[in-house]
Amino acid sequence: MEKKTITFILNGEKRTIEVEPNDILLEVLRTKLGITAPKYGCGRGDCGTCTVLLDGKSVRSCLILAVEVDGHEITTLEGLSKDKLTPLQESFIEHNSFQCGFCAPGMIMTATELLKKNPHPTEEEVKEAISGNLCRCTGYVSIIEAILDASKKY
Amino acid sequence: MSEYKFIGKPINRIDEKDKVTGAAKYVDDINFGPNLLYAEIVESPYAHAKILSIDTSEAEKVPGVVKVVTGKDFPYKFGLYMKDRYIFAQDRVRFIGEQVAAVIARDPKTAKKAAKLVKVEYEPLPAVFDPLEAIKEDAPIIHPELASYPHVPWYYPHGGTNIAHWRKVRKGDVEKGFAEADFILEDTYRIPRYAHCCMETHIAVGFVDYNGRLTIWASSQSPHTQRHLIAEALRPLGFTEQNIREIVPYVGGGFGGKAGVTMEIIAAALATAVKGHPVKVRWRRDQEFYNTYMRQQVITKLKVGVKKDGRITALERTDYWDAGPYVEYGANVVNAATLSATGPYNIPNIKMDGLCIYTNFPAAGPYRGFGYSEIMFSIESHMTRIAKALGMSPREFRKINGIKEGDPLAYGAPMNENGLIECIDKVADAIKLEEKEESKDPKKAIGKGIAALWKAPAMPPNVTCSAFLKFNEDGSINILVSGMEIGQGMYTVMAQIAAEILSVPPEKIRVELPDTDRNPYHWQTVASHSTWLLGNAVKRAALDAREKIFDVVHRALNYEKDHLYLEDEKVKCTTDPDFELPLKDFVINGIMMEDGTYRGQAIVGSGSIMVEFASALQDPETSQGGHPNVHYTVGAGGVVLEIDKETGRVHILKLAEAIDVGKALNPETLKGQLIGGAVQGIATALYEDMRIDENGKILNPNFTDYKIPTSLDIPDEFIPIFVEVPQHDGPFGARGMAEHVMIPVAPAIANAVEDAVGVRVKAMPITAEKIALALLHGKKEVDDFFMAPTKKKEA
Repeated sequence: MEKKTITFILNGEKRTIEVEPNDILLEVLRTKLGITAPKYGCGRGDCGTCTVLLDGKSVRSCLILAVEVDGHEITTLEGLSKDKLTPLQESFIEHNSFQCGFCAPGMIMTATELLKKNPHPTEEEVKEAISGNLCRCTGYVSIIEAILDASKKY
Repeated sequence: MSEYKFIGKPINRIDEKDKVTGAAKYVDDINFGPNLLYAEIVESPYAHAKILSIDTSEAEKVPGVVKVVTGKDFPYKFGLYMKDRYIFAQDRVRFIGEQVAAVIARDPKTAKKAAKLVKVEYEPLPAVFDPLEAIKEDAPIIHPELASYPHVPWYYPHGGTNIAHWRKVRKGDVEKGFAEADFILEDTYRIPRYAHCCMETHIAVGFVDYNGRLTIWASSQSPHTQRHLIAEALRPLGFTEQNIREIVPYVGGGFGGKAGVTMEIIAAALATAVKGHPVKVRWRRDQEFYNTYMRQQVITKLKVGVKKDGRITALERTDYWDAGPYVEYGANVVNAATLSATGPYNIPNIKMDGLCIYTNFPAAGPYRGFGYSEIMFSIESHMTRIAKALGMSPREFRKINGIKEGDPLAYGAPMNENGLIECIDKVADAIKLEEKEESKDPKKAIGKGIAALWKAPAMPPNVTCSAFLKFNEDGSINILVSGMEIGQGMYTVMAQIAAEILSVPPEKIRVELPDTDRNPYHWQTVASHSTWLLGNAVKRAALDAREKIFDVVHRALNYEKDHLYLEDEKVKCTTDPDFELPLKDFVINGIMMEDGTYRGQAIVGSGSIMVEFASALQDPETSQGGHPNVHYTVGAGGVVLEIDKETGRVHILKLAEAIDVGKALNPETLKGQLIGGAVQGIATALYEDMRIDENGKILNPNFTDYKIPTSLDIPDEFIPIFVEVPQHDGPFGARGMAEHVMIPVAPAIANAVEDAVGVRVKAMPITAEKIALALLHGKKEVDDFFMAPTKKKEA
């Protein structure tokens, strides 16, 4: 297959790389760019562990072709953590909102989008927003609490 | 010490920053360099078949393919408790998805493409999926050589049949017990298979360097056990424990699925075939369903007799466990569960049989609860049904029969100290069990249910755990253990234990992830035994270091060791209030004497422990004698739920659980575990519904069709309760509880469903569909079991 050159903003930096037309964004981020916060969990958009922001909107990077992000902006958890922790990350720490931690990157990205769109969500809105991000450890309660608590700081 | 400084406090997790920034590295996040190769596994499309031939020639021609291997390259067996499994299938396959060959290539796409070109010729054999069918005389025999398989002494395989292990428990006179009973309830319960569904799928990377050293990076609960089992299997190739190293970074969930050995041995074997290259094997989500352990399917026939006053006089049960085609780990689930299949009750006359049966479904094994979730569903459904038949409160009935300290267990040993009755009362009070509630919506009904629980750590009697502890120049500490942080918060608790003894705050303590070369031995992170046993090892290591600290101070400054104590990272003295010496001043550099010489040593500590009172040697016909379980953790769970009478949809309004943890070392992490485990219990009760077709193929090996709860499916309210009856040999009195929290949820829901709408569901899961259909057709009992194919397809 003929390779394509794509240019996009990754966590604030302009990157130009060569990809195959059928390369999945998640795997390109992980194997070509060393961005490993987004995780492989199901490969078909069910679990949300690979969630990243595409132009500020949360997307499943396992369902996106790398060529689709040409000219766009991608933010991963690494991008949020660059300088200091966001209030949301601090809140995840405060509420012990993870156990194994594998869902945390996707969960935090989804919650980041939610708080940007809706800085003061209700509990129901939080539950709705993260319902596409599966967590097998926490039972979600501590995650919901962390997001609601963080929303007070926005 | 009356008041603890760090124990019992809601200390934040020590892995928090790693995990909220994406810095936490899991196996797949490690960069193995450009020499990394990828494996694609060729899997059996048949549940039972002979392999007639394998042609790898076309696959080998694909550019980018480095090597293609088959079972002929690795004719080696492995297994934790019974050696009944090969790394790759040899002359026959026994389940759909079994590994037949592997293509190793420079990139995953090439490996996948080439794997499709491996031609395997099969001769299908008759397969068997229902455990009751599998024990019939004319059933196809899945392991004709069973009688010759090496196994632990507490397994009783029946060669020439599909019974891999048969655990018998006999106590008292069960016939006499039933004759004395005023009321007998006899019924059958069915539990299907369930999948762990860790968010991180299994992954392992193997690497053999040019010196012949094998390194394995794995997402594992069992680094040392895996190293040992892999060494045993690969001995013919010259590998020993000494030249195998296993490194385990963060693990994205375990729940038992990453215990023992499953796919890690494939990565190890493949690495031996391509020296100098790391080889990665990562399961896709569908492979995760087939090729790791699932929870076993169980059919339970249960009979319980009671007097009018509520005393149980006799219990008889037979559990038919579908363990899949390899029971090297799973038979121990059957063993452990059968020994405790009474539930936490004092019953004088008992006859219990647990049959671990080979079938052609994928291999099943340990899963959070280790068989107790399965046995307790039937027991706790039965208890409420009997109580109601006697006109008693389910709470009172359980309290009358609830086991107390010193009461004889089914196998004769005495019950340990416990707060079962307190747990039952606290949960029943929390949900106001005896108060009927009406829904405001006339289409809905509210029901309440309760269930008790117990569980002992299931482990061999010689399990050992060890810990190293070392001080750094700044007075901070590194603890080296090989227990795994799989999400449970164990490292935080280990830090708290050392912190308490050494007066160094947990934030100054790192607990290092396992590397079998450097971290000391730990059997496996399973059985909810780590807080108790590894906690003791860490405590011993800390005490060892403290002794050395006092020794140095005594030698340098002449204080009596008995007068020294640690406080706020300093050594202090009871007889000299002015004396204080910061740890950082001497734990590495020592204390200078007047003549310029030094007294001291770099302070290190080690601690190790083995349970020396346990024994699995019992009479095979009765299970009497021996001491197979170290102790039990007990508790109870209760739910208040609301059912839509038209759709059958269940919504849980309130979930309360009380667990006797001995001592809550970290109430915050315990609370998190309790809620998480309770939701996992809700998942098995209400949502997860594995469908397998008549050929043994899983129809829903993905999260689109196999539903696990989302944030929208959790109860409105959780009430976590911790009871603290100290465990005499636990660190600060603690005992484990991680698996336990899942156990009472399903039977409590089943009991509440009956309370709400009068429908008794005896076959899990308790789906909306089952409830709605029962209500539609006026059925009072549901024993439909969707998972097991009812007809056997002859090949």
